[in-house]
Amino acid sequence: MNPQKRPLASHMAATMPPSGIREFFDLVIGRDDVVSLGVGEPDFATPWKICDAVIDSLRNGATSYTSNHGLIELRRAISTDIATRYGVEYHPETEIVVTMGVSEGMDVAMRAILNPGDEVIVPEPCYVSYKPSVVFAGGVPVTITTYEKDDFKLRPEALRAAITPKTRALVIGYPSNPTGAVMTGKELAQIAAVAREHDLIVLSDEIYAHLTYDGTHTCFSSLPGMRERTLILNGFSKAYAMTGWRIGYACGPAEIVNAMVRIHAYTALCAPIMGQIGATEALLHCEDEMRRMVSAYDQRRRLFVAGLNEIGLRCFEPRGAFYAFPSIEATGLKSRAFAKSLLFEESVAAVPGDAFGPCGEGYLRCTYATSLDNLKLALERMHGFLEKLRGGSIAVDE
Amino acid sequence: MRAILQILEEDSRTTPEEIAVRLNLNVDDVRATIDRAMKDRILLRYSALVNWEAAGGKKVFAFIDVSATPEHGAGFDAIAEYISKFDEVHSVYLMSGASDLTVVVEGEDFREVARFVAEKLAPIPGVRGTATSFVLKTYKMEGTVVNEEQPNRRLAVAP
Repeated sequence: MNPQKRPLASHMAATMPPSGIREFFDLVIGRDDVVSLGVGEPDFATPWKICDAVIDSLRNGATSYTSNHGLIELRRAISTDIATRYGVEYHPETEIVVTMGVSEGMDVAMRAILNPGDEVIVPEPCYVSYKPSVVFAGGVPVTITTYEKDDFKLRPEALRAAITPKTRALVIGYPSNPTGAVMTGKELAQIAAVAREHDLIVLSDEIYAHLTYDGTHTCFSSLPGMRERTLILNGFSKAYAMTGWRIGYACGPAEIVNAMVRIHAYTALCAPIMGQIGATEALLHCEDEMRRMVSAYDQRRRLFVAGLNEIGLRCFEPRGAFYAFPSIEATGLKSRAFAKSLLFEESVAAVPGDAFGPCGEGYLRCTYATSLDNLKLALERMHGFLEKLRGGSIAVDE
Repeated sequence: MRAILQILEEDSRTTPEEIAVRLNLNVDDVRATIDRAMKDRILLRYSALVNWEAAGGKKVFAFIDVSATPEHGAGFDAIAEYISKFDEVHSVYLMSGASDLTVVVEGEDFREVARFVAEKLAPIPGVRGTATSFVLKTYKMEGTVVNEEQPNRRLAVAP
């Protein structure tokens, strides 16, 4: 008798939709005339000092496992960096773990803090991995919509309204991918008060912290009473142009970090030593290189956002990260239709806003981490596209 | 001022309007700053960085270490300025270390440069000696790596 063949993939994996970014990526593949504003990574190469340090370490045979927590030299450098910038002290031995980027950090953090059925509040639009990380850890994501009229900031009353007896944690990510929104220390303090009141753990993704253009970044755990309930997630991909190195870290109370290390040790063992050595070099010697890149993004930001508004795509002013999130509402098109048509008609790739949550509908995520020449060319083509739309000379498939 | 100079050093074609947007400044202020920098000889010239080797040769450069006798009251300034007047001389620097001046000379070929050194530079009163090193290949100039055009390895769409 032939038993009925069961599916090879788990229900959870099979039903998790692919990231909307991934989907769009497949459309772009094989087209070489594309000006891409769809990339979530710096266009700079990793500073050569970092590569040089790693090449040297390889010559000297540094190819082994590291501690599950990560190299102690790196953890010390992270500890000093955070203490210097934000005045928050983390013990390098017990309160810091080096992960394979923030994505792994987020996944492990969820598994370390959630019990089945726990709810995690996720403000949208947000980075694509937050919700899946909650689900993979057996939790239930509860989304909150943030609005352009609020500069895409999380409002304390919206947070309060989403809290139930099952709420365990809140994920925040400012500066934000995809909107570029930033929250001030004062605004974050209001969120912190709610978290304290309801005994929530806050997972704060601060990967774009250094890319804050007007004003300074507020580290969430530096807010009163937050250090004991906050996990800071950060990494080297964006500020130091090290996306492919896959090095991130988490800092928080020893109880959470300890739980994370237990999981991380079984699944990843440790982050690759090459990346960890590079990251150490970044923290110790690459502040100038990092500042130069940030200043370049800032200039591109001003040029690009001014350009978008000029061609008639209303754009909220992004104050952090390297994304602009223009509204395409005026065109009457859906994000996906707009982005596809823009790609096919004018060879400009941008990511439809709804890839970052349903409330991203009506927006487009455009990276300005690309050369000024590319940005100017993209603006020119987008202008042409909008003119064609207005003139009715192209029909768009909805 | 510094930020404006940096932008122009990177691309001297950048318009005052674009600079104003990128730095969040008033365009008239940008123009005024540039004018002042020209007058004060901070901005010397708007030029392009040319890779002459790729353009098909016919241009060679030599770095020449020059030992010179300083003059009373003028040090090396007088002789350095004298040397600077030759069209063949690309740049002149006062140096610390073994020699006093480094003179960069350009010419059509090795012989032309050698002739200039032997017939013009070395005989100048006050020049005590020269050591000529020809440039064989350029890897990086003025902060720009010559052959850096690298394949774009980034994915076209990424998180």
